Amino acid sequence: MAANLPNQAQVQGGAGVTEPGISHNEHTHHDEHHEQGFLSKYVFSTDHKTIAKQFLITGMLWAIVGGTLSSLFRLQLGWPESTFEWLQPVLGKWIEAGKLNPEFYLALVTMHGTIMVFFVLTAGLSGTFSNFLIPLQIGARDMASGFMNMLSYWFFFISSVIMFVSLFIETGPAAAGWTIYPPLSALPQAIPGSGAGMTLWLVSMALFIVSQLLGGVNYITTVINLRTQGMSMSKLPLTIWAFFLTAILGLLAFPVLFSAALLLIFDRSFGTSFFLSDIYIAGQALPNTGGSPILFQHLFWFLGHPEVYIVIMPAMGMVSEILATNSRKPIFGYRAMIGSLLGISLLSFVVWAHHMFVTGMNPFLGSVFMFLTLIIAVPSAVKTFNWLATLWRGNIRFTAAMLFSIGFVSLFIAGGLTGIVLGNAALDIQMHNTYFVVAHFHLVMGSSAFFGLFAGVYHWFPKMFGRHLDEKLGYVHFWLTFLGVYLVFLPMHYVGIAGFPRRYYAWTGFDTFSQFANLNKFISVAAILAFFAQFVFVFNFFYSIFRGRRASENPWRSTTLEWTTPVVPGHGNWPGAIPAVHRWPYDYSKPGAADDFIPQNVPYSQTQSSNLPYEKEME
Amino acid sequence: MSTISTTQTIPDSALDKPRTGTWDGGNEPFKASYGKLMMWFFLLSDAFTFAAFLTTYGLIRHRYAAFDEKIHGAFKFSTDYWPVPDKVFNAFPGLHGMDVPLGFVALMTMILIFSSVTMVLAVEAGHRMDKADVQKWLLWTILFGATFLSSQAWEWSHFIGGHEEPTIMADGTRFFGANLTMNQYGPVLFADLFFFITGFHGTHVFSGVCLLVYCFIATTNGTFEKRGHYEMVEKVGLYWHFVDLVWVFVFTFFYLV
Repeated sequence: MAANLPNQAQVQGGAGVTEPGISHNEHTHHDEHHEQGFLSKYVFSTDHKTIAKQFLITGMLWAIVGGTLSSLFRLQLGWPESTFEWLQPVLGKWIEAGKLNPEFYLALVTMHGTIMVFFVLTAGLSGTFSNFLIPLQIGARDMASGFMNMLSYWFFFISSVIMFVSLFIETGPAAAGWTIYPPLSALPQAIPGSGAGMTLWLVSMALFIVSQLLGGVNYITTVINLRTQGMSMSKLPLTIWAFFLTAILGLLAFPVLFSAALLLIFDRSFGTSFFLSDIYIAGQALPNTGGSPILFQHLFWFLGHPEVYIVIMPAMGMVSEILATNSRKPIFGYRAMIGSLLGISLLSFVVWAHHMFVTGMNPFLGSVFMFLTLIIAVPSAVKTFNWLATLWRGNIRFTAAMLFSIGFVSLFIAGGLTGIVLGNAALDIQMHNTYFVVAHFHLVMGSSAFFGLFAGVYHWFPKMFGRHLDEKLGYVHFWLTFLGVYLVFLPMHYVGIAGFPRRYYAWTGFDTFSQFANLNKFISVAAILAFFAQFVFVFNFFYSIFRGRRASENPWRSTTLEWTTPVVPGHGNWPGAIPAVHRWPYDYSKPGAADDFIPQNVPYSQTQSSNLPYEKEME
Repeated sequence: MSTISTTQTIPDSALDKPRTGTWDGGNEPFKASYGKLMMWFFLLSDAFTFAAFLTTYGLIRHRYAAFDEKIHGAFKFSTDYWPVPDKVFNAFPGLHGMDVPLGFVALMTMILIFSSVTMVLAVEAGHRMDKADVQKWLLWTILFGATFLSSQAWEWSHFIGGHEEPTIMADGTRFFGANLTMNQYGPVLFADLFFFITGFHGTHVFSGVCLLVYCFIATTNGTFEKRGHYEMVEKVGLYWHFVDLVWVFVFTFFYLV
């Protein structure tokens, strides 16, 4: 609660509250004389930039864990007949007589999904960039409540520790899929992974949701209350719009997952029957009656579907920003971009049941959800065409961030098109739970969100650490990843159309699929190589923090406010007063202007040669 | 930026002033501090949690038949249909053996709604910076809140203990009261949902009482007076009203319909 906040956060929150101009100046004075100890500067920091870096580095560690798990199950899928004795030193008892334990395979798939969706692409992506960019781009000293922001990270940290510990327990981590459908997840006697591993999963996710809530209310409140003078909602960079709407989605969707998790905890531990009914297990009838496992699916996907937009929208925002900056052109259709983000946000809450076409739901209901789902193609297409139109005839600078942004658009199109197929109930019934689905969502939200994340890191690294990431290594990283992703996921569509089901330990029992042995091997090789290519980035990241080329204040010649701060902004972001904002964030290559970009804080009176007729009125 | 220059003379400096509309930045568009906004957004989020639980309740309840005299004959507790609340919640402390349908829960609800009134008075006293009045009304709110919680404890213990008459269960045993796996009133999920949702709401009331106690102590110590405003009381007030509002829904679903 606000009353417990340390003084500092109070002052910062208060800065925007009273008369901004005056209190901001007082505040800088306060900042410069404030020496911090190691703990409060790097560990229990309330500075949004430090918290962002904490989220980023934790997210990177999780990505390595998640990638390692996928390499393990790709080994199994690529070489189902081989022995994996050489993995025994690492996996121990999960290798039995040279074979990967099938139940551990399920655990690997489950944890890969959980880690990537929640810990990397939710916490690692919006945790990093919402924290880093919101105050810097709207012109605020810090988040509304620095203390709650810090708590948000530490809840995520505890949640991470618990999830990580669950990887190493006797019965193994959760193994019911990242969607943890009951009754499988509710009955410890069903599989070992539904024992202690599942309990830890639920506890960890409950803490994760608390972290999201603390972060989310902060992001929303900061954007509403702490924008600098002149920064109206229609002058916000698209990144901020994306983070803002993402936070709203998280705020409304995660509590429903919380409800589902709580009910599931009761079913698992206290004998209730919310999701359980008429179950025979190992020849024994369970006493539970009356519950509904479909109910869980409804509750889960009410979170689950907005969740994919929570993952993709921050990436969309950052890509819009980076494409405009590096095309030296205004973003095409700024208001349409905001409108489509709003449209996606609204629609994301009314399409959840398209994940459930095969649950036996009323076909009429199915067609309503199909209709609503297909409408999402409209705002998505608006965004895609706007990105393409932004690139068109631009003065493109192929920085590493730009390459990843273009890669994002490519992946979003490639994965989005199959979304139209899967959103269609008639087709989905055929494709459901095949590798076609795996290919679809890995392209459209998995890989493309990763590309957005990479683009963001390459682009804002100079502001984070005052140095550049190495561009050459960036190119290597981009091409290996870009090719790797397509080589992994394009063949999966093909395997999926043939009917190969996801989450299967091996297909060797089915003659139909034996012809895909080589293709699966190919996918596995590509996946493992693409995973190892990421270490180019990891090396580049840590090397460049200390040895990278030094950055200037505004290395990309960009218009947004974060580039008006010192090379490495201190606590409080601007040493003097916060700049006021006069124009939208995309004045690139404006005809008649002295330079090919005009920052947001330059008043129209200084740019009379380039002012448009309606802007002349403001002179 | 120094790179931007112009040969024209710069006219009046009025041009350089940013705009100052409601949403033009540099102010609070909703005229609410960040703390109050955060409380609103938290409540919005919490509303979704409760909405999920009440939806769960609705979906499960409609998997069962409603009691109908023409089909089922005279009412008795049975797992075939959802029990009629009037028959389950008809006890009143001190009136042993009397049939008072929903009497006690109506009283509880009255008390909770009344606590919202005293909460409003506490917030209003805070606006006037009247420390003594804030203390007084907070104390009343705490008292009503605690009374509600105690009443709920009685309601639960009566629900768990059971009615005078046992119900003959499917396997022929006689059973009194309720737990999470068995109950004498109806389908097992009737009691599961009752415990879960009223329990979750009760947890919220309990947290609210704790926050109110904190506010009372801080008011008594003069913390808010020194701060110059009683906004904390206002924020806790928002929470308290929300918890009240949720009870109205819980009450409607579990007792009235």
